[in-house]
This record gives sequence, C-alpha cells and structure tokens, in this order.
Amino acid sequence: MSVSHKVGTMKSKQVSSFVMQDEEEGLDTAEGEEWMQGKTLVKPPDQLDLTEAELNEEITRVLKASNPNAPQNVVRYSFKEGCYKPIVFVDQMAIHFELEGNLVHKESDEGRRLMAKQAEVDDGGGVERPDNVAIKAAKREQKLTNQFNFNERASQTLNNTPRDISCQTEPPPRANFSATANQWEIYDFYVEELQRREKSKEKHEGQFLNKEEDKSKKKMIQAETQNDDISQLAKAVKIIERMVNQNIFDDVAQDFMYFEDASDEFRGEKGTLLPLWTFQYDKAKSLSVTALCWNHKYNDLFAVGLGSHEFTQQGGGMLLFYTLKNPSYPEFIFNTASGVMCLDIHEHLSYLVAVGLYDGCVAVYNLKKKTDQPIYNSRASSGKHTSAVMQVKWQKDDLDSNHNFISVSADGRLVSWTLVKHELVFTEIIKLPVIDTIPDDLKDVIPTVGTSLDFHKQKDYSFLVGTEHGKIHKGSKYYSSKFLEKYDAHFMNVTRVKWNPFHPDVFISCGWDWMVKIWDQTMKSPVFTFELKTSVTDVAWAPYSSTVFAAVTTDGKVHVFDLNINKYEALCQQKVVSKKTKLFNIEFNPVHPIIIVGDDRGHVTSLKLSPNLRKKPKEKKGQDLPKGPEVEIAKMEQLLSSMR
Amino acid sequence: MAEVEETIKRIQSQKGVQGIIIVNAEGIPIKSTLDNSSTVQYAGNVHQLLLKARGMVRDIDPQNDLTFLRVRSKKNEIMIAPDKDYFLIVIQNPTE
Repeated sequence: MSVSHKVGTMKSKQVSSFVMQDEEEGLDTAEGEEWMQGKTLVKPPDQLDLTEAELNEEITRVLKASNPNAPQNVVRYSFKEGCYKPIVFVDQMAIHFELEGNLVHKESDEGRRLMAKQAEVDDGGGVERPDNVAIKAAKREQKLTNQFNFNERASQTLNNTPRDISCQTEPPPRANFSATANQWEIYDFYVEELQRREKSKEKHEGQFLNKEEDKSKKKMIQAETQNDDISQLAKAVKIIERMVNQNIFDDVAQDFMYFEDASDEFRGEKGTLLPLWTFQYDKAKSLSVTALCWNHKYNDLFAVGLGSHEFTQQGGGMLLFYTLKNPSYPEFIFNTASGVMCLDIHEHLSYLVAVGLYDGCVAVYNLKKKTDQPIYNSRASSGKHTSAVMQVKWQKDDLDSNHNFISVSADGRLVSWTLVKHELVFTEIIKLPVIDTIPDDLKDVIPTVGTSLDFHKQKDYSFLVGTEHGKIHKGSKYYSSKFLEKYDAHFMNVTRVKWNPFHPDVFISCGWDWMVKIWDQTMKSPVFTFELKTSVTDVAWAPYSSTVFAAVTTDGKVHVFDLNINKYEALCQQKVVSKKTKLFNIEFNPVHPIIIVGDDRGHVTSLKLSPNLRKKPKEKKGQDLPKGPEVEIAKMEQLLSSMR
Repeated sequence: MAEVEETIKRIQSQKGVQGIIIVNAEGIPIKSTLDNSSTVQYAGNVHQLLLKARGMVRDIDPQNDLTFLRVRSKKNEIMIAPDKDYFLIVIQNPTE
C-alpha cells in the first residue's frame, strides 16, 4: 500500500482492516497535512476513479464484534449424515496478547496452601527460639537509637595467641633388611636349627652336672669372640698354604702322580728312584731320624721320630707328622723329653701314636687333641723300661676292648702296655734270653738288648725279636717262659726283622754285619743272603709284591731287590743323599709307589719307584686281581722251593 | 691365633708369593701385605667373584660348599680360600 494518500480521498478507501487503516490514515493525515502542502498530488495507478457524486456519497460504517480473520465457512464431515456440513458457529475471539502471571487468588487451594505455609514458618521460628524472638524484637527496638546522642563502644577480649604444639613420638627403630632365599640358604638354616635342637636336648639331660662347666665355657666363648680376628681362619690358611706349596712344587707333584720313567724299558731289569720332596724342619736340624711310619688311613700322612742313635749325644726328641700335600712344614709337632727311638701308628685308630723314647719311657699321643702332651706316659709308672725302647707295636684290642701295644727295649724285656682309662698298665711278657758267653752270675745284670720286633700279619701271637748279639728269637704271646725258636742270623746287631706281608713263613732280617737275609721260619738257615757293602740299617718289604724289598745302608744308598726277577743282585742301588749322610729308615707307602727314607740330618726324602721296580708277575689269562695275595704267596713259594 | 699368624708368615716367605690379603665377611680387608689401593681393588673384586662361585656350587647341590678357588692368569695366580666369616687371598707367581 502506498503511503501517500490524497488528502481529499479519505472517504474512498480500501477495505482490509478498518483498525489498521485508521491508524495509518491518522498518521498519514497528520503528516500529510504538514508536508503535503508543498507537493503535488500523486495518484496511484490503481485508484478508482470516482465521480464527484460518488465521492460525496456517504457510506455508513458499522462496527461489529466479529473477528474478520475468523473463517466463515468451516465445514465438518458429519458421520451421521455422511456428508460435509457447514458449521454455523465459528469462534470469533482473537487473542492479541497473553501473559501468565504468578498471582494466586487467596481463596484458591494453592493460595490457601501458601498462606498456611507462611504461617507455619513464622510460628516455627517463634517456638524454637522464644528468647531470640524476644531479643530480635528487642534488638529491633534498640536499633531505634537516638540519632543525635548515640555512642557505640566495643571492646575486644584478649585473644590468646594461637600456638602450635606438636608432639613427636620416637619412631620405631628401622633397619633395612634384605636377604636372598636360595635353596642352600634354606638348607643351611635347617641344619643349624637341627644342631641347636640337639644341643638343647643335651643340655636338658646333663643340666645339673654341666652347669659349672657351661659357665666356664661361656666365658671362654666370649673371650674368643672378642678377639674376633683371624683365629677362625685356621682352616682356610691351611688350605692356602697347601695350595701355595702345590704351586711351588708343581713339577714334583706332577712327577709324583704321572711320571713313569720311560727309560726303564732300555735298562733291562734295573730300575731307578726318582727323588720327589724333601721334608725338613728347622728345629730338628741336630736330630737324626730314628723312626718312620705311614698312616694307614690317610695315605699322604707319615710320622717321623727324631732323636739320636749315639749314646753320647742325647738331647731332646721330636715327633713330627708330615703330609705330602705340604712339604714345607710339618702338620703336627710334638716335643719329647728325650730322643724318640721308635713309633707306631695304630692300624685302625690312626690318631693314636705310640712312641718309645731313649730314656725307656713309652708315650701315647692322640692327634685329635690339640695338646702338646701325650695322653699317656709311662714316666712315673714302675714298670717302665730301664733302657731305651727299641720298638713298639700296636696290638689288637684286648678282651676288654682296651688298646694295647708291646714294646721291646734294650733292657731285654718285652712288655705289654694296656691303655686303661687314664693310665698305662704294664704286663711283662717275656725276657730275652741271655747269651751263653756271659757268666752266670752276671746274667741278671747284663741284659740282652732287643733291637727289633715284629708281629706276624696273620697269626699275631707269633713274633720275632732281634737282638744285639745277632740272634733272632721267635716267640709267642702265649708262652711267656720260653722262646719257640732261635735263629743265628747275624754276627752283629740285628737292626730290623720283618715278616713277609704275604707269605706266612718268610721273614727278612738285616744287621750291621752288612748282610740282609731272608728266612723261612721252618728252616734254620737263611734262604737268601745278600751282602751290601756297608752296615744295613733298615729293610722293608713292599706292600704290593711278596718278592720286592728295599734296604738302606749307612753310605746313603737305597737298595731295591726283586727276587722274582733277580735272585742275586739288587735292581737298584742308588745314593739318594749327599755325602756322609747315613740313612737310617725306610718305609714303603701302602698305596702310592713311593718310599721315604730318613737320614741322620733329620731330613726325610721321598722317592718314586720306577716301573721296573714295581713289576707284577705277568698275569695269565683267567687270573683275576682278587687272587693277588695268593699269587704272591705262590710266587714266594716257588722261589723257596727252587732254593731248597 | 698364634698358629694362624705363624702360618701366614710362612706362606709369605714361600717362593713367589706376592701378597696376602685377609678380608672379612663384608668385603673389607683387615690385613694385607700389599699397598692400600691394590688391596681394596683385590678385595672388592674377589668378594663378588666368591659370592658368585659359592652361590653356583651351592645352588647345584646345597650340601656342597666351596673349598677354594684358583684364578690363574698370565702373570700370576690368585688363590682364594673362603671361610665362614673371612676369606683369604694369596697372590703368587708360580714358577713355570
């Protein structure tokens, strides 16, 4: 619709909405009258051209209450008549503006509810705090203060300064603990536990008796632990010493184990002795070796008795134990009051050692004990020998299972000593017969010096004694009055007599008359006789063969014989020590092919036997090793028969 | 106590022995014949080796235990002997 209207055309109008038009007209006319004066009239193109008559026509307007927008011809389908029917009454209300208010009528339900709620609140507050209501009321009243003369004063109470007091407890002691739990740690723990339990059991049983002992022991233990240090290292140090020695003597150790002299094949029958270790001890320099003995249980351990053979040079003596594993220092050292003349290690209890001394005493040492003193000593007992003890030999335990040994001495008596609890009890067995050359009245005074003693391997009641006069007496433990047999063996001192380890009838003897003789106990004269150029001081049978034996002489030579191979000559005659050193003892090792020889300087030399000296008889097919001893016996028997 | 001292002196005087070190269970050397730095070095290294070796032996069979350990090198040989609370190291120049 165009805005501009003619001024004069108020009456002719478009019929759309009388309200809107009125407004527009009103505005337009107001405005039109003001500015339309200067403008020319513009006629809209679609305005009706009316004549003046028509223009002057009065048209009446009627105001109706009907809504011009409401539809006038609404039709509804009537199911009753099945056709469309016009609805006459149409809603004429037109809503121009709608606003929802929140005013609630007092009388309505909601209004009443709200009123009730408000009343409750007021009442509730009033019930709980009746004072406050009053105070509040009063306060409200007080607040109405005088505007002109009003003082308000306030004061503050002293506030205590806040302090932080905290308390810290002492923390529980903490320690970092870490450990590993391996199989072996667990095992260790269990083993310790077991030991602890056993100890506690023992303590329980022997509580009353051992109380005092325990106290003293406790003190001892405390003292030891305070020293902590290195006394616990004893074992480790020992091992290290042996290791160091092994390194130093490495080549010797290798020889000992593996070296076999190949040149023996070219030497025919002869053999050699390879020197291995030399054992010496500083403090034994002035002493001479008087006895040697191998330990049966520990094949590398041997005992050396040191003393002096000379009557004029008698001083102290020593008992030393060496092991092949440590050639530089002895394992055990015992000092004795007088020179050791002989010693023997018990066959089964290898810690018991019997020693015979030059002054006639016998002593028994226990290697397990740490003390330096013998556990038994015949010093004070009445039955001790009046002269040097020349040989001691352990016997089998007697009926009361006490250990006992027999000694022969230069006073001509054979005495048996029994270890009963804490003392040595002696029993005289036999007295050596005096030779005829001594006049009758002196027979009791001048004894026959017994120089050597040996017991039969199988029939241990049978024994042989060699004397200074060169006789060998065969006796039996059961006959204490007489000897069974007498052999005129040598012209001079019999230094050693030994039964053959295999053959029951054969024994060997050697003496200062340069002879070595092999006997058959059934025969009065020797089966074999060998002359070595100097005094023979010792002879020993080999443990591996019944026909092999070795002898040592005062010129420092070792002679090895094998009767099976050569009946007349030695297979080996070798000087093993330096000039002017006399050899006094020889022993074969029970297991290894070595021998030890002792000389008068206190040194012990070990030598390895070359293969030629260790020959075993050629085994025929079908012969097994267990037949060993019998083979040896047979071998010997063969020899003997050939000589008869 | 005196025996141990004596034995140690003897070892020291043996041919080719260069030094002896005694170490306690924690790996701290308590006695030595070598200079400080070498001692500490040996002690530390040997301690570890010993633990390993011992662990190995006991692992395989808990009833077994290490007796000694030898370490042979071009120039010398180190011998280690363990004990319950200590161990001993000896350095030797083996005669070859």
